[in-house]
Amino acid sequence: MAELNINDAVMTTRLDAVVNWGRKNSLWPMPFGVACCAIEFMSMMSSKYDLARFGAEAMRFSPRQSDMMLILGTITNKMAPVLRTIYAQMAEPKWVISVGVCASSGGMYRTYATLQGVDRVIPVDVYVPGCPPRPESIIYGVMKLQEKIEKESLSMRKDHIARFYDSLARQESIQAEKGLTSQQTIREMLMDAGERGVGTIF
Amino acid sequence: MAHPASPFLSVLILMLVAAVTAAAILVLSGWVLPMLKPNNPQEAKLRVYECGVPPVQTGARHKYSVKFYLTAMLFILFDVEAAFLLPWAVNFKHALWTFGAMLSFMATLLVGFIYAWGKGAFEWER
Repeated sequence: MAELNINDAVMTTRLDAVVNWGRKNSLWPMPFGVACCAIEFMSMMSSKYDLARFGAEAMRFSPRQSDMMLILGTITNKMAPVLRTIYAQMAEPKWVISVGVCASSGGMYRTYATLQGVDRVIPVDVYVPGCPPRPESIIYGVMKLQEKIEKESLSMRKDHIARFYDSLARQESIQAEKGLTSQQTIREMLMDAGERGVGTIF
Repeated sequence: MAHPASPFLSVLILMLVAAVTAAAILVLSGWVLPMLKPNNPQEAKLRVYECGVPPVQTGARHKYSVKFYLTAMLFILFDVEAAFLLPWAVNFKHALWTFGAMLSFMATLLVGFIYAWGKGAFEWER
């Protein structure tokens, strides 16, 4: 009788790998469409480019039901707290794709009114360049995010999101303490982070 | 000799399978799967969703005036009255005796109208 080798009979894998495989193939995108990149996003979701091929067809316009936020356009300083709140209200685990130069770095809007990159206020996973990027570029961004999800560990993602919630709690305490608006609070936190040479507030 | 209930054995099996499936779905979706999902309740996350801005009015579940329903009900009442008047008017010259009947019907509704008026049912907000 042949001896049963456990390695031949049983396939082992890490929990992270299994869960991440599920996560990367069932992304629920939420468009944070504030400018022309949103038009490219519409094209990407519809029949010609069809993001459904990558398992992300269930687009939702509510943060409650989505876990991949696509920031499609210029985020002004006025909009920054809104972006943070929406990100906070998304279902976990969550990922962010910054689409286009405006979202990624402020782009051509090098003004006092525009947030110079959304990664200053919320954690961004993938940046898609272009002004606006073609639907293929955004799809490539989603594919890059899938690669990233495949490699990440579950606890890392959890800590990553927990750090954001810490910063949100800090924002709210500063806001209540100094009696500022949420915009002023984020500006204050950004200035403070800049002095420390960090560049992000989470 | 087979038991008289034996043709119904398959029905019994079907019922058991249905019960087990229903119970399994309940247990899985209500108890097992929620243990697997990430659970991180946060104050900001559970807050009312108002497109990212702080909610203007908290507590939408307050009581509100039912005046609208009252107005709509009164409208239907007098609408039916008008609809009733039309066929009566068409047949009027053939049945003159209905004049008194219609007059009393109108008078009854008029009393109701005056009562509703006096109660302030036609005021939108009081």
